[in-house]
Amino acid sequence: MYALKRFHRAVVAIVLGASLTAPAMASDRELLNSSYDIARELFSAINPEFQEWWQAEHGESIAVQQSHGGSSAQARSILQGLRADVVTYNQVTDVQVLADAGLVDEDWQEQFDNNASPYYSTTAFLVREGNPKGIENWDDLARDDVSLVFPNPKTSGNARYTYLAAWGFAEEAFDGDEEQVHDFMRTFLRNVAVFDTGGRGATTSFIERGIGDVLISFESEVNNIRGEYGEDDYEVIVPPISILAEFPVAVVQTNAERNGNDDLARGYLDYLYTEEGQRLLAGFNYRVHHEAVVEEFADQFPETELMRVEDIVGSWEEAMDAHFSGGALLDQLQRR
Amino acid sequence: MQRIGDAPAVRRLLVFLAVALSALFLLLPLVAIFAQAFAQGIGVFWANVNNHYTLAAISLTLFVTVLTIPMCLVFGVALAWLVTRFSFPGRRILQTLIDIPFAVSPVVAGLIYLLLYGRNGWLGGWLDTHDIQLMFAWPGILMVTIFVTCPFVARELIPLMQAQGSREEEAAVTLGAPGWTIFRRVTLPNIRWALLYGVILTNARAVGEFGAVSVVSGAIRGQTNTLPLHLEQLYQDYNTVGAFASASLLALIALLTLAAKASMEWRAARREVHA
Amino acid sequence: MSTRSLSIGIGSTPKRVLPGFGLSLGISLTFVSLVLLLPLTGLVGQLADLSLAQYWAIISDGRVVASYIVTIGAAAVAAIVNAAFGLLLAWVLVRYEFPGKRLLDALMDLPFALPTAVAGITLATLYSSNGWMGRLLEPLGLQVAYTWVGIALAMAFTSIPFVVRTVQPVLEDMPVEVDEAALTLGASDGTAFRRVILPHLWPALVTGTGLAFVRSLGEFGAIIFIAGNMPYETEITSLMIFVRLQEYDYAGASAIASVILFVSLALLLAINIWQGRFIKRLHGGRG
Repeated sequence: MYALKRFHRAVVAIVLGASLTAPAMASDRELLNSSYDIARELFSAINPEFQEWWQAEHGESIAVQQSHGGSSAQARSILQGLRADVVTYNQVTDVQVLADAGLVDEDWQEQFDNNASPYYSTTAFLVREGNPKGIENWDDLARDDVSLVFPNPKTSGNARYTYLAAWGFAEEAFDGDEEQVHDFMRTFLRNVAVFDTGGRGATTSFIERGIGDVLISFESEVNNIRGEYGEDDYEVIVPPISILAEFPVAVVQTNAERNGNDDLARGYLDYLYTEEGQRLLAGFNYRVHHEAVVEEFADQFPETELMRVEDIVGSWEEAMDAHFSGGALLDQLQRR
Repeated sequence: MQRIGDAPAVRRLLVFLAVALSALFLLLPLVAIFAQAFAQGIGVFWANVNNHYTLAAISLTLFVTVLTIPMCLVFGVALAWLVTRFSFPGRRILQTLIDIPFAVSPVVAGLIYLLLYGRNGWLGGWLDTHDIQLMFAWPGILMVTIFVTCPFVARELIPLMQAQGSREEEAAVTLGAPGWTIFRRVTLPNIRWALLYGVILTNARAVGEFGAVSVVSGAIRGQTNTLPLHLEQLYQDYNTVGAFASASLLALIALLTLAAKASMEWRAARREVHA
Repeated sequence: MSTRSLSIGIGSTPKRVLPGFGLSLGISLTFVSLVLLLPLTGLVGQLADLSLAQYWAIISDGRVVASYIVTIGAAAVAAIVNAAFGLLLAWVLVRYEFPGKRLLDALMDLPFALPTAVAGITLATLYSSNGWMGRLLEPLGLQVAYTWVGIALAMAFTSIPFVVRTVQPVLEDMPVEVDEAALTLGASDGTAFRRVILPHLWPALVTGTGLAFVRSLGEFGAIIFIAGNMPYETEITSLMIFVRLQEYDYAGASAIASVILFVSLALLLAINIWQGRFIKRLHGGRG
């Protein structure tokens, strides 16, 4: 009997605890932003600023909730009923999935500037102190004495950019000679020491396990990693030619209307384009468009030629079909 | 009284082997977790634990676990009683069906719930029009947690109850005892340790489940993030200390469960001495 | 075989002396239908979208087949190691008193309590070439991280509680008289253990090992960090499923998952049937 009573009390305490930690002011409107897994600190910094900005502009106090995960898994959740108002992803294809399902407007890429990509980045290299292997460009990565770390293009959007950048480089270097491009890609892929499923796993392999000579990831990421793990121990190499990585945003129209957040959702994404928003983004090593901010951070981002996915393979859809789907080029290049 | 393996040499050898291997295989990872959690001192550890999102994750995880255990307990006892005390067609099939959760990988387990109750699912459409949100809210997390943990109690009880046989209960029936009394007085004392192990495993797995929960949770920070999901998020953020601080909390919950078991054993032993 | 067990089932119906058949049957069936079978219809629904030829093409793809071999091989090694290690631990925990016993007992559940990803990251940290263990093992020529040994290690770690916690209650329940009888007959420790204790433990040990094996087949989080995931060499089947999910290919994911599901259920059914017979023999024909 005594034990039962205690059990009851425990449940009550826990239920109370859970309800106390729920959002304190139910009257505030709440916006849910579904984002990719490594953007938590970025949006933790942006959200309070946006709340103030919205308060100043509209005199309304609001709250922003965050959900993070792998970009595809996040889109899947929304397809299956997660009521997110806006998405801020690192994969165009994952927003397109939502558009195809009718949750996001067909013309979402026209609704905001720069293809609805308020910030962008590129693929860059992180090498160990002093760059002992002398890595400067993509052809260095297909040398026999170099070992690479980047995640599996099948599970990581980040790695799909890496793969396509290498492909685009090879196409240019070999003037589109198919056989030479395939040979280059085969060697490039064979040089990978570990295929982690996500970017974070690859970082751990490279930094904490000491595997590989080069870590390949978004420029923003390799800069953040260097900041996190030691400016002196690692160097960032931005190759003279690389790929444009867009970070698309969209309003999930169906959900925003249902939640009565249409204006708020648009306001949130607009804020990312304002000078303050762009400055916050640049602070996390993302490249931005706002001229004043671009000038301010010019030292941070070396000039480099950025290829577009569309120029390399036509479109994301074609990239998925021809390269990444089951049995396509990536599988063929890795076959033994 | 003499027992097998009582010779001091045998005993010392076996204890040494068990302790040495466990230390290498189980204790070392635990030490590594705590070492990482406290790598930047106790202050940073505490700051990571005593934070709004971590506390919300802890309370959600405990809430789901506390609701999961009684469900699994009732089901496990009923099923074990059914398959070990009666013989009926389809018994082996039923006994095998309860192992489905072990045979399904956790991510797939989450996915099948999503395919059924999600917006595009068979039942999900109806739920959506009636504005009932099961997935991406705590009920969904509870549902998959029950799915993943429900075999444990039954699985602990079945081999034991089979080995014991039903003679004692049958004797009680011939003496005219009613069903509930038989269960409480005859069966329960015989199975209580297995039952306890079942609960401990259920608890451990419910607290630590990641794969299935990650699919149905929606991972809204402070709302539907369980402790394992929160931990993963911190790890993605390069907050290794924060991630391992959460991991050490999960390990701590496991250790506390065991402490509870030890105190129950101790009380039971004392009661036997008094009786 | 099935007709025999069926006839026994029907034959024994009138002899049902214990109460609670209706209640326990009701609870069990309701639960099994709602919690286990209903959601599985989702999986079946996905599979129904595939033609047989498509299904076969998905599950017999060269890279997927290579992953079956890696997964099953490593899981078998992990299960065998765990059978021995788990039996030893259960025995020591039940039969002996020694300092630190409570802590050892508590440690057994650790693998379940840790989210599998933490286990994976921690094991990879310990066993990679610059980790505490890796530094000791690598000079001996044993590379653990990023090889199938690492996969087996992660599997063994996550499934050890199954063996220990299944054997433990049966061992605790074993009366002293069993030991005494065996020893007064003049048997040595080894013989007595083999002839008297082990037969009694068989059902629990086999169940525990079987569960450990099955759990290892489906494990993802703990393995992925230590496996290295090289195509055809260290890719596990769960990763193949995960990849399909990332591509929104639910049907493909379900197809590969169904292979693991069938193998696991067949194995567990075999164990259950064998166990029923074994117990019947042990109890002299009574179930």
